[in-house]
Amino acid sequence: MENLIALLIAAPLLGAALLLTGGRRLDSVGHWIGTLLSATSFVFGVILFADLLGKDAEHRTLTQHLYTWVPVESFQADVTFRLDQLSMTFVLLITGVGSLIHLYSVGYMEHDERRRRFFGYLNLFLAAMLLLVLADNYLLLYVGWEGVGLASYLLIGFWQHKPSAATAAKKAFLVNRVGDMGLSIAIMLMFTTFGTFAFGPVLGSVGDASEGKLTAIGLMLLLAACGKSAQVPLQSWLGDAMEGPTPVSALIHAATMVTAGVYLIVRSGAIFNAAPDAQLVVTVVGAVTLLFGAIVGCAKDDIKKALAGSTMSQIGYMILAAGLGPIGYVFAIMHLVTHGFFKAGLFLGAGSVMHGMNDEVDMRKYGGLRTYMPITFVTFGLGYLAIIGFPFLSGFYSKDAIIEAAFAKGGTQGWILGGVALLGAAITAFYMTRVMLMTFFGEKRWQPDENGNEPHPHESPSVMTIPMIVLAVGSVGAGFFFHLGDRFLNWLEPVTGHEEGNSPVGAGAITAATLVLLVVGAGIAYLQYGRKPVPVTAPRGSLLARAARRDLLQDDFNHVVLVRGGEHLTRSLVYVDHTLVDGVVNGTAASFGGLSGRLRRLQNGFARSYAVSMFGGAALLVAATLLMRAV
Amino acid sequence: MNPVNYLYLAALLFTIGATGVLIRRNAIVVFMCIELMLNACNLAFVVFSRMHGNLDGQIIAFFTMVVAAAEVVVGLAIIVSLFRTRHSASVDDASLMKL
Repeated sequence: MENLIALLIAAPLLGAALLLTGGRRLDSVGHWIGTLLSATSFVFGVILFADLLGKDAEHRTLTQHLYTWVPVESFQADVTFRLDQLSMTFVLLITGVGSLIHLYSVGYMEHDERRRRFFGYLNLFLAAMLLLVLADNYLLLYVGWEGVGLASYLLIGFWQHKPSAATAAKKAFLVNRVGDMGLSIAIMLMFTTFGTFAFGPVLGSVGDASEGKLTAIGLMLLLAACGKSAQVPLQSWLGDAMEGPTPVSALIHAATMVTAGVYLIVRSGAIFNAAPDAQLVVTVVGAVTLLFGAIVGCAKDDIKKALAGSTMSQIGYMILAAGLGPIGYVFAIMHLVTHGFFKAGLFLGAGSVMHGMNDEVDMRKYGGLRTYMPITFVTFGLGYLAIIGFPFLSGFYSKDAIIEAAFAKGGTQGWILGGVALLGAAITAFYMTRVMLMTFFGEKRWQPDENGNEPHPHESPSVMTIPMIVLAVGSVGAGFFFHLGDRFLNWLEPVTGHEEGNSPVGAGAITAATLVLLVVGAGIAYLQYGRKPVPVTAPRGSLLARAARRDLLQDDFNHVVLVRGGEHLTRSLVYVDHTLVDGVVNGTAASFGGLSGRLRRLQNGFARSYAVSMFGGAALLVAATLLMRAV
Repeated sequence: MNPVNYLYLAALLFTIGATGVLIRRNAIVVFMCIELMLNACNLAFVVFSRMHGNLDGQIIAFFTMVVAAAEVVVGLAIIVSLFRTRHSASVDDASLMKL
């Protein structure tokens, strides 16, 4: 059974190889090959899942040693896969949602002449992401980590003829590099501390390392997670990443890749448990991003960017939960899975709307679409209810659990984190209601595009609606299914560990508060966007709204601090180069030049002056000889 | 008579020759001063030969004479051609390779 693990990765990798090297002759079937291989991987995943379920909880870890990658004395890097409950959850999410989105893309990319290449990249992404979650050591994880970064870059810049897409791809790649530096430094620190980077030995011997070193490793891992998961301060790439095709936004920039940071932190839980300072920083990053993303999401008129802000915010919840330690690990992953369903569904819905509206993304030019796109409306609506935490839908269970865990952290920290999480829930309700109302309700605000084509909104073909329906079912039912009998908790607990915190407030009170805030948030949005007509051009808005439209000045901040700072740094380096380095070089040359200019005067052509120097030299030699003999 | 006195004489002659080379401008006089220095050396060689009781110094003195003779041939030829081209036998006037 272990041998199936490698096949999980091999199937999409084969697809990527076929589609990217196959050339034009595969154009007509390429998309089906990609979808089929992705589905194959999902089937393998289900078989392995059934196998794991057949064992008792303590023995649900399969490992497969494929080959030894780098055998050098004490530096042993193996290509070994590890399938336990945590990676199994990810495998099912990645291949399941991945296959649905492959299917959706068949319809969405129908008119794109580079569709085969698109599916090749998608398969490449799946292979890299599976490698990331199945690796048994940090070095192999790093390979997958870089692989998903590459796939993300290729897919954001898929429409590279648009300068904005090319720039966005570069931006995503560069910002991710900063995080990748963190991961590579963490791996180096692990090797110097533990002498290995395999999960088992590293996480098992955490007790032998000093807390300072563990904190350093933890912070570096957090930096890596911030880059990949678009957390403050490395969040600036995610909004621009929406330049990619919408299925990419759904798969990579909502459901799977951006959650890799959460996986990394939960997987390295033992390190964080032993480094409370690092954990505190993780919770702070999560809490800040949670609010940051939510505020940005409130102000964006571009439907995909509003959803991107929401993604950032929801991953903030997960990071916050992961920072809480054993109280929160399980809930972080649970929210990750439910979020994978409803956010992928929401993005696919947004893609369906764009498909029917001539690729218009400005929500101010939508309005009243519910009668034109009933299936999109219903599936998007269910995803909407799930994300705001409507009772008994997925988000209700997973987000509530995180808010409770935040309060259960205890002390002032618990109150602050819990309060932030609650506030985030209210803002989530506000911005998602806003998206919903602006898109599907109100009067029509469509306008002809620059070519004079009036949009004719229509429902998407069934190849696109079926994945949306499946994801909507997941958005509705997953939370309840996981919650029933603490199934998800019992499943993951052997890997991540779990503790019940002691919350200062009762679970019932928190749920009630969440629901009240949900109604308040949604109500404010209704008053502003449901009762009043939505203006087609955005009003000037308050200072906060204008800042939020500019992503809370993240790019301005980066520009002032990093770009300007970098410019000043390079200028001063150029100055040092010109004055100091060139000064030394030119000074040496000039002094030799001056010296030889003086020496040249000795060569004046007068035979008698040469004779003087000869006599002088001879006299010196004689004097020196005499002196030496005297001594 | 003490041979060291001949050495003093040789040193004196050499000094006169060297001074002449340094302060006189006439090429013929400079040339004669060089001969004077060579012969001062010859005298010193012969004295050393006498003092050490072997013939090495005398043999070297003969060599010097031969070299001096050859030098005279070349040197006088140069001085003559110098005088022909510049109408002057002053060494200071011949400070440049070109005319």
